[in-house]
Formats: sequence, C-alpha cells, structure tokens
Amino acid sequence: MRRGATRRAWRAVGLALRAGMLAALVAIAPGVRAQAQVPAWSDVLAKARGQTVNFNAWAGDEKTNAFLQWVAAEVDKRHGVKVNHVKLKDTSEAVTRVVAEKAAGRTSGGSVDLVWINGPNFLALKEQGLLHGPFSQRLPNYVRVDTIGIRSNVIDFTLPVDGMASPWRRAQIVFVYDGKRVPTPPRSVRELAAWAQRNPGRLTHPSVRNFLGVTFLKQALYELAPDPAVLQAPATDANFAAVTAPLWAWYDALKPSLWRKGAQFPDNGPAQRQLMNDGEIDLMISFNPAEAAVAIEAGLLPSSVRTVVFERGTIGNTSFVAIPFNAANKEGALVVANFLLDPAVQAHAQDIRQMGNFTVLDMTKLTPAERKRFDDLPRPPALPTHAELGVTLLEPHPSWMTRMAGEWEKRYTR
Amino acid sequence: MTLVRAAPIATVAVLVLPVAAGLAGTLLPAFDYLPAIGGHTLGLDAWRRLIDYPGFGSSLRLTLTVGLVTPLVALALAVCVAAWACERRAWKRFTMAVTPLLATPHSAMAIGLAFLLAPSGWIARAVSPWLTGWEVPPDVGTVNDPHGVALAIGLLVKEVPYLVLMIAGAQEQVRVRESLAMARTLGYDRVTAWVKVILPQIYPQIRLPVLAVLVFSLSVVDVALILGPGNPPPLAVLAVRWFADVDIAFYFPGAAAAVLVALIAAFAVAAWRALEGGVARFGERWIARGGRTGMTPGAAAAASMAAGLLALGVAALAGMALWSVATQWRFPHAWPDGIGLAGWARRVGELAAPTLTTLGVGVAATLVALALVVGCLEGEVRNRGRGALPPGLLYLPLLVPQIAFLFGAQVLLVRTGIDGTFGAVILAHLVFVLPYLYLSLADPWRALDPRFARAAAALGAGPVRVLWRIKLPLLRRPVLIACAVGFAVSVGQYLATLFAGNGRVATLTTEAVTLASGADRRVIGAYATAQAILPWLAFAAAVLVPSRRRGDA
Repeated sequence: MRRGATRRAWRAVGLALRAGMLAALVAIAPGVRAQAQVPAWSDVLAKARGQTVNFNAWAGDEKTNAFLQWVAAEVDKRHGVKVNHVKLKDTSEAVTRVVAEKAAGRTSGGSVDLVWINGPNFLALKEQGLLHGPFSQRLPNYVRVDTIGIRSNVIDFTLPVDGMASPWRRAQIVFVYDGKRVPTPPRSVRELAAWAQRNPGRLTHPSVRNFLGVTFLKQALYELAPDPAVLQAPATDANFAAVTAPLWAWYDALKPSLWRKGAQFPDNGPAQRQLMNDGEIDLMISFNPAEAAVAIEAGLLPSSVRTVVFERGTIGNTSFVAIPFNAANKEGALVVANFLLDPAVQAHAQDIRQMGNFTVLDMTKLTPAERKRFDDLPRPPALPTHAELGVTLLEPHPSWMTRMAGEWEKRYTR
Repeated sequence: MTLVRAAPIATVAVLVLPVAAGLAGTLLPAFDYLPAIGGHTLGLDAWRRLIDYPGFGSSLRLTLTVGLVTPLVALALAVCVAAWACERRAWKRFTMAVTPLLATPHSAMAIGLAFLLAPSGWIARAVSPWLTGWEVPPDVGTVNDPHGVALAIGLLVKEVPYLVLMIAGAQEQVRVRESLAMARTLGYDRVTAWVKVILPQIYPQIRLPVLAVLVFSLSVVDVALILGPGNPPPLAVLAVRWFADVDIAFYFPGAAAAVLVALIAAFAVAAWRALEGGVARFGERWIARGGRTGMTPGAAAAASMAAGLLALGVAALAGMALWSVATQWRFPHAWPDGIGLAGWARRVGELAAPTLTTLGVGVAATLVALALVVGCLEGEVRNRGRGALPPGLLYLPLLVPQIAFLFGAQVLLVRTGIDGTFGAVILAHLVFVLPYLYLSLADPWRALDPRFARAAAALGAGPVRVLWRIKLPLLRRPVLIACAVGFAVSVGQYLATLFAGNGRVATLTTEAVTLASGADRRVIGAYATAQAILPWLAFAAAVLVPSRRRGDA
C-alpha cells in the first residue's frame, strides 16, 4: 500500500515537472516572439482597445493627478484604452490589495492593472512573484530609455529591475528655500543642522512613515556614514547600529531645532510644501528638482523660492509602473506604460507648467525634432540646470530605509 | 404585502449581520488567526506587537482622554444650551442653525477647522501682524497637537449640535411648558427648573445618542486623520494605518488595535451606565435639597461657548468656500489676494465623477433604507404597536466602533467577490443610513392619526393603496426630511466607503480626506465645499417642497 502510494506520488511529481517545463516553454515563447517580431505589439494594441486600466497611483499631488488625467484622455483618444486613476494615499495600499487577492486565490481578474511603484513596494511585489513580466523590453518606446547614464532606470534601490517595471519619471533630492529669508542656503547635512540651530522652528521634514521623510534621513546617512559603500548591500543586525550611529547623533542635535520642536511632522511632501507656502518654514527637502519652479507656476509657493543641491551629491531614483500578476487588463496596462515613454509625453511631463519631472529618456537616442521639444521648455530661475544638479547618488538597499524608519519610530515616538 | 413581512427581517439582518460577522472577522486575526495570510494558530502575538509599538502608551492615553472627555464636555454644553435657551426665542433659532452644521460631513468640517485653527490659519491671519506682530506664523502646535485638543474641538463642533437636536426632539415627548411653569411658581429660576425638572425626564431618551457620541469619540478615524496628532495617532487611526501597511504582517496588530478600541468602547459604555446610577442618586438628593437659583451664570457661559463652537463651524466652512475661489492667499493676509471662479471651472471635470458616485450611492442607500423602514413601520402600525424594533438594536452599528467590524466585513466582501463594487459600498452605507432614517421617521409615522387609514379602508382601499394614496402623501415632509438625513449620513461615510469600496470607489468624502493630507488648499476647499453642499441641497429640497394642500389628494 505504502509503496504504491509512494510510486503514485512520484509519478504525479514527474507529471507536474513535465507540465511545469511545458508551461515554462509556453511562457518563454511569446516573450521571444515579442522581442523578435513587431506584430506582437499590434496584437497588444488590438486587445487593449476597449479595456479600462485601473492605474493605482499615489494621488497626493494635484499636478501629477492632472497629468494622469491628461494621460487618460490621450490614451483613450489614441488607443481606445480608458484609464481609471485609483487614487492612493500610499502606494502600499495597492501592494496590500494585490497580496490580499493572492491570499484569497484571485489569480486572474485582479483589481490592480498598473501601479506606480519603486523601492520597498517594488521589492515586496517582485520578491513575492506578484508581478507580470518581464515586459518593459516589449514596449516599442523602451529603446529610447537611458539605461547607461541613468543607472536608477535599471537598478531600483539596488534591486535589478529585470524588465518587471517600466520607468516613467525621475527624482533627485534637492532643497527648496525661500531666497528672501535664507540668503546663503546650506550645502551639506552638517551645514543644514547648523542653519536649523540658528533658525529654530524653520525647518522640518515629512513624517518618516512617508518615503520623502525617510529619504531625508537617508541623505543624511549618505554623508555621515563612515563608509557609504555599505549602503549598497542589505543592512544587517551586525552593521546597522554602527553605520547609523553618527546619523542618530546628528539627528538628536537637530531635532529640538525642527518645526514644532520635532514633535509633529507634515504627513508628506505636499503637506510640507503647504507649510512653506503658509510661511511656517523656510527650507525643505524635495524629491523633484523642478518642484520650486512648478509650485511657483501653480501659485503654490512664493516666487522668491529657489533650489539648492548639496555639494557631495544627492540621492536620485526612478519611478516605475508595474503590472501585477493577476491584472485583469494587462494589454491596456502595457499600452499605458508605453505611452508614458513617448518622447512627446516625456517632454510634456517635464514641462514645469504641467508636472515638471525630469525625463528617463536618453537625449542622444532622440531625433532632433523630439529633442527640440525638451530644448523649448521654459527655464525659470527656480529650476536648477543639469550641471547644478551635480552627482546623483544611488538609492541604498531598501532594508536600510525600512530599518531606519523602524529605528526612528522606536527612538522618537513617545 | 410581503414587503411588510420581509422588512423587519431584512432590517435586522442589515443591522446585525455586518456587525456580528465583521466583529468575528476582526477578532480572529487579533488572535493571530487568518490562514489566508499565514496565521494558522491562535495566539497572542498580535497583542504583543501592539503593546510593543513605541507609541502604544501615548496612543492609548490619547484615545482615552479625547474619547472620554469630549462626550462629557459635549453633553454638558448641550444641556447648558438647552437649559439656558429653553423657552427663549434663541432656542428655535439655535436648533434651526445647527441643522446645516449637522448635515455637513465630519471630514469637511475638520478640513475647514484645520485651516481656521492653524498658527498660519485664518484666525491668526485676521489678527496679524497689526495685533500680534507676527510677520511669520508662530511655532506652536494648534492643530495635530500631541494632546488632541484640536481633535476634541473638531468633535465638539459636530457633537454639541447633535445632542442639542436630540434634546429638542426628546422635549417634545415631555410636558415642558407645564413642568417649567409649575417649577417657577415654586420659585425656581428657569435654568435650575430645566435641569432639575426636565433633564431627569428626558435623559432616558437621549441616553443612546449620548452613548453613540461616546463610542464615536473613542473610535473616530477621519477627523483624527485631519486634526489629530500622527506620532503616535489615536488607536483607531493606528489600526487603519496598520491595515494598509505594505507589510501584510501588520494586519494582525492592526486587528488587535481595532479589537482594543472595541473593548475600550464596551468598557466606556458600561462605566457610563454605572456612572449614570451614581449621578442619579446624587442628583436626587441634590434636587431634594431644593436650591432654586444660582445656575444661570454657568449655563449662560456654557451657552456662549456652544455659540462660539457654532461660529467656529460656520467660519471653518466659509474658509473652505473662500479657498475654493481664491487665486492666492498667503499669511498674514486676512483675505485672499484674488478671487475668481477659474479654479472651479478647471476642476469641474475632476469633481464630476466623485460627485456622481456620492449622489448615486447616497440615493440608492437612502431608497433601500426608506423601503425597509416604511416596511417595518407599517408592520408595527398594523400590529397595533407590537413588533417595534428595540432602540438598542437600531443603535447597534453606532455603538460598536466602525473600525472593529468594517475590517472583518471587508474580508467577507473579498471572499464573496463583491468588494470594490458599488453594491458593496451601498450595502456598507445602508448599515449606517438605516438607523438614522428609522429614528427620524418613526415618531411622525407613529403619530399619524390612524383614523385616516381606517376611513380609507372603510371606503374599500387595500393596505397598499392606503400607503401610497393616504399615508405617504400625508407624511410627505417627514419622509423627505428622513431621506435627507439618510442621504447626509451616506455622504459623510469615510471608513465604510474605504473598506467596502476597497479604495476603488471614490466619493467626495474619501477624495477630500485623501487630499486633506497636503494637497493644494484651493483644491481641498473645492472638495470640502462640494461635500458640504450636497447634504444641504437634500435638506433644502425636503424643506422647500410645498406641503400638501387640503383637497389635493
């Protein structure tokens, strides 16, 4: 009896293995075909027509929301694909939803078709195998993406993207200050702390539960850590305390000089900007080099604000869109991802009158006409030049961010 | 009529099932059990993680202080207002004035207050720099303060008017004029007479509303997100935050936090009831001692505080309306630097979808609730008053913290595959619309002279015909007002929409709360204003519809 059962079990395993291999072959085949032949994309376009893509995207910024609305209208007009912007307070909401659907056994017809993602959220979905792809190479517009000069387009927070997400906009830390009240802005985190001590209550950072808040700490860690190279590998129990010790010493000294004596923090970047517009603070971190220019244009910051970058460089990263494994409208999602990489769309996104986000494309891969769209964009004094942006530092491994947020909460939540 | 027989069963199901199933669905993960995400054995790990949270102590303390102090203050103020204003002209005016405030969603009010009270807010702008000398706003935490003072103010602005209206309703069941006249001939001044003679008579009728306020204050989420502190937040906000965490393991401590909120609410209700006994015994002796005067100054002071709260509420909404048309408005300017409708014109398209969703869900939930309530009341009247739903049952969804059962209910909705649909959201709203609509319609319905129906029946009209041709036309205005109440409740739902809609059904309220965390205040102003206007329109329609003239039918 037992022997028979064992034999049956082994046979089942063998069958399963063969079925698995077959499935793998089937899975590889369309990918190969997609790369080799053009018609595959027209298949995608045909299937996408009539789909409604549930695009889950953080919705805390009106400019970005308006841009996504424009995208929705354009994609509908050009490809007959509707886009429903599912507005998130935090990207983790979408991750939770996909994880919950997986847990509930919903392997198709999922509620999230496309998600704006990077960092720990991308890591979470990719590591748990909850993403569809690789797909980015299938997008006709992907050939223009800068994969050499902008490393963050292919390595997200030290994690190889492997085509499981497609880039759409870039971010780099800058500091926005009111030129009327801050004649010489700080150019390093040590200078920043000294400035805050001379001007108590006039600097804050977003809550550390928000990516921009923890980014503030990461930027400080980059400059204060004995050897920042270790940040490119996962944080360990062995090295975390030693590497971050100078950061906490620096922060302990800074905290009493922060807005509300460091007892309250704005929820996110836009809330912090609102404080600046209300005159409650004079200096703030931003992840968008064009934020000052965009916000002046939109009447969200006084016209006296300017942008400064730290001397030794600042952290930069890329925003991606990814498609969950169970997305109900994958073709529509691919069409949207491809549309976002269109040079005209990228130039529209970089326009400070629209969203003002720096492009992920390689200018040398564009035609002169396409390049001209970028050259013709307005360049007000609050917008830093490429040269002024200086060195872009790679994001640390997400584990540093997660641990720092936890450690901060432990140290400063009372 | 089958509706009459089915309605009470359906109503009880709507009130009890989501709460019971939802509670169970929250309770299990609070004890580590949720196989879908790897919790296979019962345990206390979730509780350990909750207690280990660095801010747990402060979060608990904040929940308790705001949740217990606010309802006490609200009740005290409401009682003082009633005692002071009763039989004055101001009373009628006050109760009229509070209706629009009451109809305004909590979150819209909170958003307005956040701007009003901030150190760079409207009040500070109005007195700077000429009076204060502030060229830049002072660095003081007047909103999101760690002690929850702003949160408590935000709650009071809504709770005091609510309790005042409840007292007004309860007074109609009591012979106020005669009792007061009697007391005054015995030498009691008006305020003392009201507190000693009227209050003991009406308290039993406002007990459930008071308890609902208590539970709400302990478990509020939307107002706390906007006006409360964030580091740490109150327990209910902590639970919502953990439910949405990217790390699914936070589900468990999130459920534990939700269960803790429910436990605190249960204890608070029990303690309140115990306290009532003590207060009653003390009060009897106090009344028997026979003091006849001396309460008027205190009551007048409290009444002016309540009027101040009212003014804050009105100013909060006005501030948001002003922001929605402002081109620019910087500290320390008391008024916007420019005014125009360009902002509205630009945002009409963006506002249209959530407005339609809000309308659709609100109208659907209200109509379903109306059908059920009319069915229940008809059954009750035909059974000569037997089979009335016990008030405790009606208040069930208001006496169990939303966070404690909505979370578990969401798991059920996901299981049945209807999460994130309009139907699910309507169902979730129904749980809260139904009790309010019932409470609002029950008294007028019962008060309708039964001879109308009897006369019609004697003339050969069946019960359905009597309902449509006699009762509903006669009760047209109460029915419309009850519908407006139900609709207003639906418009204000935040947590229910969020959980049942799985984040995919966007109403004005969910959008406004999302935006409130930092978007352009001109946009927030537009959302908050739209959010406030919808229920007002419903009330205006209910009040302005001409009453039935005689001989019209």
